[in-house]
Amino acid sequence: MASLNVRAALLSVSFLILVLGAWEMSTQPPPAQENMSEYEMLMGGADQESRVPPPSAVIRLAWEELSNPFYDAGANDKGIGIQLGYSVYRVLTGYLAAMAIALPIGFLIGMSPLMYKALNPYIQVLRPISPLAWMPLALFIIQDSDASAIFVIFICSIWPMLLNTAFGVANVREDWINVARTHELGHLRTALTVILPAAAPTILTGMRISIGIAWLVIVAAEMLVGGTGIGYYVWNEWNNLDLASVIFSILMIGVVGMLLDLALGKAQRLVEYKE
Amino acid sequence: MTIKSLGNPFDGDQTLIHSKQCGCNDCASAKAGSGAGLTDVPERQVRSGTGPQDSEAMLDRAIESAVVRSVFGHNDHSRRSFMKLMGAGTAAALVSSVFPLDKAKAAVKDSLGKLEKTKLNVGFVPITCATPIIMAHPMGFYERYGLDVTVTKTAGWAVARDKSLAGEYDASHMLTPMPLAMTMGAGSIPEPFIMPAVENINGQAIVLHVDHKDKRDPKQWKGFKFGVPFEYSMHNFLLRYYLAENGIDPDTDVQIRVVPPPEMVANLRAGNLDGYLSPDPFNQRAVWEKVGFIHILTKDIWEGHPCCAFACSQKFATENPNTYGALLRAIIDATQYSNVPENRKEISEAIAPKNYLNQPVPVIQQVLTGRYADGLGEIQNVPDRIDFDPFPWHSMGVWILTQMKRWGYIEGDVDYKGIAEQVYLAGETGKLMEELGYSAPTETYKTHTIMGKTFDPASPEAYARSFAIGRV
Repeated sequence: MASLNVRAALLSVSFLILVLGAWEMSTQPPPAQENMSEYEMLMGGADQESRVPPPSAVIRLAWEELSNPFYDAGANDKGIGIQLGYSVYRVLTGYLAAMAIALPIGFLIGMSPLMYKALNPYIQVLRPISPLAWMPLALFIIQDSDASAIFVIFICSIWPMLLNTAFGVANVREDWINVARTHELGHLRTALTVILPAAAPTILTGMRISIGIAWLVIVAAEMLVGGTGIGYYVWNEWNNLDLASVIFSILMIGVVGMLLDLALGKAQRLVEYKE
Repeated sequence: MTIKSLGNPFDGDQTLIHSKQCGCNDCASAKAGSGAGLTDVPERQVRSGTGPQDSEAMLDRAIESAVVRSVFGHNDHSRRSFMKLMGAGTAAALVSSVFPLDKAKAAVKDSLGKLEKTKLNVGFVPITCATPIIMAHPMGFYERYGLDVTVTKTAGWAVARDKSLAGEYDASHMLTPMPLAMTMGAGSIPEPFIMPAVENINGQAIVLHVDHKDKRDPKQWKGFKFGVPFEYSMHNFLLRYYLAENGIDPDTDVQIRVVPPPEMVANLRAGNLDGYLSPDPFNQRAVWEKVGFIHILTKDIWEGHPCCAFACSQKFATENPNTYGALLRAIIDATQYSNVPENRKEISEAIAPKNYLNQPVPVIQQVLTGRYADGLGEIQNVPDRIDFDPFPWHSMGVWILTQMKRWGYIEGDVDYKGIAEQVYLAGETGKLMEELGYSAPTETYKTHTIMGKTFDPASPEAYARSFAIGRV
């Protein structure tokens, strides 16, 4: 009797084969015509008829793209590796800036009910604003499209971190703080040695939500401003209605997003503790 | 000055005469009327390596050529026999002994001046209207004037506007109404922009979904959803004009939505639009994808209408006059080169790759050569489906302003001529065109005929109020 893992893996693979097989079968191109008239040629022949590309076409394209991911053929045509690199760079820059602000402020409003009550209305109003609504304003004020994209990442990844930090800090068990007090620890030492470790899992959860949002947003932001990045890549292929490339880039976006989430998941496990 | 005329004037084996196969502008414009085929693309001297390669050498050659030509009174046969007799070196020495060639060269270069900036960013939206701006890059027109230009693909007109306002782009591909609107602060902060060159004339079309093949009469279009690429666009104004002339009120009888050009076809296929008036290649692409057909070319609404523009901020031009001059010369050259039907196939291949338009070559080629499938089963042959002419007529600017007034985009008293003359630099461009050896009109105003109705730029306000359907 094989283990559960092996059986699950077998099942996963057979699902994949089944789905891809059905997809491939249903999207066969019509047979190539011979002796097309000039009109048919100008119409792109039968082959160009708009249809979803079969998985074999996507795989072929993926192989081509991935075997040379860092080519640079001018300002508007770069390899998928370079495009993803730009996107990851923007996400990380905006995300780190958001962390630098969200964590201290989160701590502050978590420890002080007064500050919490004072800042909460602003947070609640700003939090639900779509990142793309910020974009025109950012472009107008910052006057630099790259910095604007980073700003949008910043502004939308700040809220989950801030709220989770505040929530984690506010919910540290009273007993532990009392113990710190009986040991006559200062405010800073209490914060660093008692509250931070206790709130760390909640903070990390906030960070994990944030990176997911940041990765969602970058694609939309880059589609809007163009230039470089995976969002631009998708837009450029859509411009050509090249669905195989669009599907391929969607898969790449998924893979990179998963890797980012995995990295933070690992970090989260490091700070977890059992009571 | 044409490229052909820049053969080495001291070489007795080279002819400076324009032959039958000659592809230079003078010859091509003479030939255009005779419906020349597009089969053989003549090799250009600049590419084949016999002509001067960079802007310095090109200028030198131009001056030598002018001097030698004046000596021989434009008689190429006597020049050639003289050069063969003397040998090129001796002849050059002889000419420079009576005429200070080096000094002449230095004087002309001084008048052009040193470039303040050689690395430039120029934005474009990936449509065939941008052809001169784009092809100038792979085909070396910028390099020729000593410029290192990066052409950056831009997602839409609003972004092109914002990046230009932010100074990220030194110059940009725009729509002809945009610099007028930006200067007046309609739809953006007011910032003086100038438009020294029109990119293309004609080149747009109304495309309808294939389901509407039986609705060729615009009177049947009530309730339709149309797409245009931008509010301040010829597309919007021409569509409104066409609808209104057919008795359809564009504000109440139909819906006009702003859709970025690359998203037109997808929206048409999804049924989100019933049709659109948009730039190519997206008209031809709709036919190629078998989701739309070409109802009418905008050429048949207004023959020779302006469409896209080459524009930059007033600030850039005043701060970098020499760079601006060099850039504009490259654009005028590229526009004239695009204008020649024989060059269109070569250009199609140069601008189709991913780095530029990212479209199938046959689609671009159908647009540029004008031999295309219309989606209704016919092959059409319209060589001037799209054309390229840089001259920014003031009267065209005035017409655009009358339509902005007509549809309520601008209100109050409009200084039609003042704004058109501030933004459209017809005078300067004309002078530059003459200097580069192209012919330019001597006037900057003329009357235009649009769907049979004459527009007189002398009385714009009356024209704006003369329509049965309008908002004034």
